[in-house]
Amino acid sequence: MASRPVAVIAALAVAGLTLGPVAAVLARAGGWAALGPGDLDALRFTVWQALLSALFSVALAIPAARALARRRFAGRGLLVALLGAPFILPVIVAVLGLIAVFGQNGLLNGALRAAGLPTVSIYGLHGVVLAHVFFNLPLATRMILQGWLAIPAERFRLAASLGLTPGALFRMLEWPMLLRIAPSAFAVIFVICLSSFAVALTLGGGPRATTVELAIYQAVRFEFDLGRAALLAVIQLGLAMAAGLVALVLARGTGFGAGLDRQVARWDGQGRAARLGDAAWIVLVAAFLLTPLAMVVARGVPGLGQLGADAWEAARHSLLVALASTALCLAWALPLATRRGEVLGLAGIAVSPLVIGTGLFLIVRPFANPFALALPVTTLVNALVALPFALRILAPQAEAVRRDFGRLSAGLGLTPLAWLRLVLLPRLRRPLGFAAGLTAALSMGDLGVIALFGDPDRETLPLHVYRLMGAYRTEAAAGGALVLLALSLGLFWAFDRGGRVGAEA
Amino acid sequence: MKALTFAAGFLAASAALADETVLTVYAPDYFTSEWGPGPKIEEMFEARCGCDLQFKPGDLLPRILLEGERTEADVVIGLNTDVTKQARESGLFAPHGQDLSPLTLPVAWTDDTFLPFNYGHTAFVYNTERLAQAPASFDDLLNAPDDLKLVIQDPRSSISGLALVLWVQAVYGDRAQEAWAKLAPKVLTVTKGWSESYGLFTDGEADMVLSYTTSPAYHIIAEGDLTKKAAIFPEGHYFMVELAARTATTDVPELAEDFLAFILTEDFQSMIATGNWSIPAALSADKWPEGFRQLDLPETVLFYSEDEAAALRDQAIEAWRQGLSQ
Repeated sequence: MASRPVAVIAALAVAGLTLGPVAAVLARAGGWAALGPGDLDALRFTVWQALLSALFSVALAIPAARALARRRFAGRGLLVALLGAPFILPVIVAVLGLIAVFGQNGLLNGALRAAGLPTVSIYGLHGVVLAHVFFNLPLATRMILQGWLAIPAERFRLAASLGLTPGALFRMLEWPMLLRIAPSAFAVIFVICLSSFAVALTLGGGPRATTVELAIYQAVRFEFDLGRAALLAVIQLGLAMAAGLVALVLARGTGFGAGLDRQVARWDGQGRAARLGDAAWIVLVAAFLLTPLAMVVARGVPGLGQLGADAWEAARHSLLVALASTALCLAWALPLATRRGEVLGLAGIAVSPLVIGTGLFLIVRPFANPFALALPVTTLVNALVALPFALRILAPQAEAVRRDFGRLSAGLGLTPLAWLRLVLLPRLRRPLGFAAGLTAALSMGDLGVIALFGDPDRETLPLHVYRLMGAYRTEAAAGGALVLLALSLGLFWAFDRGGRVGAEA
Repeated sequence: MKALTFAAGFLAASAALADETVLTVYAPDYFTSEWGPGPKIEEMFEARCGCDLQFKPGDLLPRILLEGERTEADVVIGLNTDVTKQARESGLFAPHGQDLSPLTLPVAWTDDTFLPFNYGHTAFVYNTERLAQAPASFDDLLNAPDDLKLVIQDPRSSISGLALVLWVQAVYGDRAQEAWAKLAPKVLTVTKGWSESYGLFTDGEADMVLSYTTSPAYHIIAEGDLTKKAAIFPEGHYFMVELAARTATTDVPELAEDFLAFILTEDFQSMIATGNWSIPAALSADKWPEGFRQLDLPETVLFYSEDEAAALRDQAIEAWRQGLSQ
């Protein structure tokens, strides 16, 4: 079995890396400060949009995941891999892609105009939710799809031989699985939307769409009011932990017991209505997710030629950071892949990146030159930020393996290492591949924490894209974004594929 | 050739390691990219000082305030007037010791600590092919039909956004909130920073974008594109200046002062226009690059001193928030 001390160390590392920086910022501030005008409005808006975003993402993901779980079609593997893409794009690039489809001059309004219909505006709460669903629906779909694929094949075989109606099958097999997976998928998405900032602002259309993260940004970068930043960060952390605990309570259910640990085809859902319904969901989801991505690609191609040597150097740094973060994140996630570990892991995305960055700067500075540590710090924080996703993906399967094979292994007297090598890792292969792919891709796209650790010679690709945009080089920036998209997807695909080789998924 | 350049760079770097004095300069992020002014500044200054100039990009003021007296910075370049009050009160900066008579700013400048190197004005930039008739004044803009769409920046997260609320405050005073309410239906959206807004504008999502009077110069010079213009308003435009200063804690004060003197030289000033797409702070207009001489510039310049700006800031942001939230 995974040994307890390792899990404790991993948990302490998460707590230290999230609370430590907040404490450092607070210590430097000398105490809490009061909230500013509008902070309460911001808090209300933040929670409301995060709730709606998580709700829509999960609700839409359930039929989509079900359709993907029971259909086999040409291009399915590719579609499942592409589902990772929106999540990993730099925010500004994804938003421009969305606007190219849903904006004033976008494809949708162009079509409406051509048909003589009134146009629609993307700006407002609905735009914020739309963008968050764009980012998170694929993630929710993949998480729930994992749940579907983790139902032992024997159960479906048994259900088929018993001649269960679709309703009974849903009640007996699918609903218990959803009850276990959906609440924590909801919690992860809720927490990630809590710290939304540029998306909410750009698509929200004005100051009504102010989030807590914006207030933190203002406090740190504009007013140097670290007391207020720390207070807001703690409020954000509290909300996230509350969401995590609610999910922990809701996500009951005991799983299905051990099967023979293999995948077999499905017998249910072969009726005409079910097929048509599934096909419609797949087409809708694919169109919603892939059209903005196609716009990113189309906008990026002309800019490719304008990228200089700096862009490729930045791409190399990003790749190195992504691979290192992935290794670190998986090593961190394995001992924590339990339900309680999952709640703790949420802390990684709950604390404002700006506060983590500022806190780490304060902590590191007495001992080392922060400028030399830009890339290691980025690696560490990326691993921390990806941890909740990795945990969400690994935990259900890891718990099941522990439950189903734990006693047998204890009876055989397996050493922790042998348990890991012979029992746990082989069975976690698919979720591990997915988690690694997601972590790698997330780290490629991440920016954020190193605003204070700048080093001109250690630029990452997202930073490069932002700098291009800041220097009027919009077209080159679109080219850079395309490279980023390609590299992230490539990494995601390679890891995810590696996890699925030999598995009939 | 490339290998040779690389070898030369390597040798220069080793020599720098060996015995050259290092001048550490903190600069904003965009400064040190290959299209920013940083690389040219480094090359030009190193050629005259025989020292090693090292840029450290990132958040300027937050970082230096966090570091306090233990900061490594000798010089800070790229500060804006909206942070100078806080910077001055920290006591971390020392007088620049420069003669200010070469300055060609449109406002009087007597600051003994913060030295201007380039400036511009806030302005709404538009595309003449899309908007044949731009509003002729701020009042015209407020009264324009609601299908004229603007993108602006948030004053709580962006320097240009803050300049905009101060601009509205300077033009409309107590009626600022009313002005914002009138503008509200035309504000398509508010973004975190300038880059997001400008990206939306160049993608054709909005008719006008809050930017600078100098933005068209980029399109003229780098792209040969004459269709981007800044709408000039007779009410005046808010003045934005970028500043440099030396720290009080520097261990190379003479070198830091040499650097500040270099900022006012014609070499630096002729480079900065196209290096940073801003108007040089100490160069007469006849020496500006051609594209800059074509720019439409305001006759009236509005500007708050740092004390006035600090006193008005919260009020101006609140007027913006209330006016746009209605």
